[in-house]
Amino acid sequence: MTQNRPWIPYLLILPSVAFLALLFVVPLVQTIWLAVSDNGVPSLANAERMVTDINFTRSVKNTFLLTIVVVPVQIAIALAMGTMVAKVGRGRETILWIWTIPLGISDLAAGLVWLSILQNTGYFNSLLFSLGVIGRQASWLSYQTPVALFIAIAVAEIWRGTAIVMVIIVAGLNQVPKEFKEAAEIFGAGPWTRFWRITLPLIRPALQSALILRTVLAFEVFAVVYALGGRNFPVLVGEAYNWQNQNQNYSVAAAYAVLIMIISLAATLIYLKALKVDPERLP
Amino acid sequence: MSTKTMSAAEAAAKPASFVSSRRWLLWSGIAALCAWVLVPIYLVALGALGGRQGVYIWPKTGLPTGISLEPFILFLKTEGVVQSFLNSLGAAGITVALSILLGAPAGYALARYDFRGKDSYRLLVLLTRAFPLAILALPLTVSFIRLGLYDTIVGVGLIHTVLALPFAALVTQGIFLGVPKELEEAAWVFGCTRVQAFFKVVAPLALPGIVATAVFAFVISWNEVFAASVLTVRNRTLTAYLLTVLSESPMHYRFAGGLMLILPSVVFIFAVRRYLFAIWGISSK
Repeated sequence: MTQNRPWIPYLLILPSVAFLALLFVVPLVQTIWLAVSDNGVPSLANAERMVTDINFTRSVKNTFLLTIVVVPVQIAIALAMGTMVAKVGRGRETILWIWTIPLGISDLAAGLVWLSILQNTGYFNSLLFSLGVIGRQASWLSYQTPVALFIAIAVAEIWRGTAIVMVIIVAGLNQVPKEFKEAAEIFGAGPWTRFWRITLPLIRPALQSALILRTVLAFEVFAVVYALGGRNFPVLVGEAYNWQNQNQNYSVAAAYAVLIMIISLAATLIYLKALKVDPERLP
Repeated sequence: MSTKTMSAAEAAAKPASFVSSRRWLLWSGIAALCAWVLVPIYLVALGALGGRQGVYIWPKTGLPTGISLEPFILFLKTEGVVQSFLNSLGAAGITVALSILLGAPAGYALARYDFRGKDSYRLLVLLTRAFPLAILALPLTVSFIRLGLYDTIVGVGLIHTVLALPFAALVTQGIFLGVPKELEEAAWVFGCTRVQAFFKVVAPLALPGIVATAVFAFVISWNEVFAASVLTVRNRTLTAYLLTVLSESPMHYRFAGGLMLILPSVVFIFAVRRYLFAIWGISSK
């Protein structure tokens, strides 16, 4: 098929390569240069300004804490969803559809949804009030309640972001041949052993891509935080946004961007190393 | 824990009830997770339709009392809402068109040809996944101002295409792999040119999958907040508009905005639900 006209595939990929070169590679290089230069001369002034900013340490801490809490919970819920739905015959389609609804919901919308529940006169306070837990409206989203605010943001992120993990894991579970499980059952493996020894290793490729995708997205967390807590809970992307739009300092914003990229890349590499996937299983 | 030990004890006595109690456990777990997804959406809808008074009702019952479409319509009439809704549609439309037009040919090349550089191309596409792409909008501000793309829907559509294109290329690769090569070759034998064979044989078979990919590109653009907010000032998309007016909007407007963001994407996810798992099975390999 390729012998007579070897240029065909190149012609087909050329538009997308050109596009990605212009709008992915070029801005990438620009961002890095913007971050490590000052008036056209290489310099670490922007990084210094970023690091000495009052919100820097908090935003690093908050972003990492959120990722460390949110991603494992999402993986656990998604695995539970996948194992449960595998046991269902009729109604499977409907259940999966309901569970994938948050896939179409943006982080901003998720923040607004949970704002309606957690605001002072919201449903959560109403529930606690009617149960007699609280006597009057409690506030959960102010700067005076950092732990509650953190939990609120984590819950909203878990609510929204689990769907994508679930879809990837269910797609992975669908590819696990039934014979493996049956064989394990015949040899007397209980449900837990089967899960840890058979299922989990076999869905490692799916697990790996779910982890990479979710972790990169978790480090980008921004709108959900803004919708729930305003500027009470600084995160890395939020700081980049403020430096760009409020302070009009593109260089410090770029420094934040580079930092987020480095963290994302490092996380990706760690996952690739830690969960080595047999190359024969790759497409 | 107590239910578990109880059911184990029962199981020793009569296995049938053990099975049914496990069944019960399974279905209550499923029901709880369904409620976990659906109830918050229901509650924000109540907030959006309850209006100003609804926000201050205390304590709330969670029942649909005192709701009407009026507050939501009032929100739609607020200056900037409809325009930003249309802007979002426009940006998403550009994203869909570009990511399919650029991505599908690449997907076809990956599916049907072996060529030098194929692996590097795939690496480039996969590499985009390790980067927080929306952040690349930061340096683009300057070049977009120079090119006259700053604060335009086209500019937003372009950066959203960077997000959707790698996805489109990988997914369409899987879709084209699913169309038997033999059918295409048979068309050649019967005298079709390559282009004719593609449009008469391959394209109709691949169409549903491509439509599903397009829907995803739409949702990616529709939901994107950061790049849209950075690259626009007056021609805001809905997400960017809501983000900037957030701190000065009353609560019920925020809920109405949230509902307005959710509705279209829920409809779209419903439309492509049959392809969801096939698509993600492919793109997560």
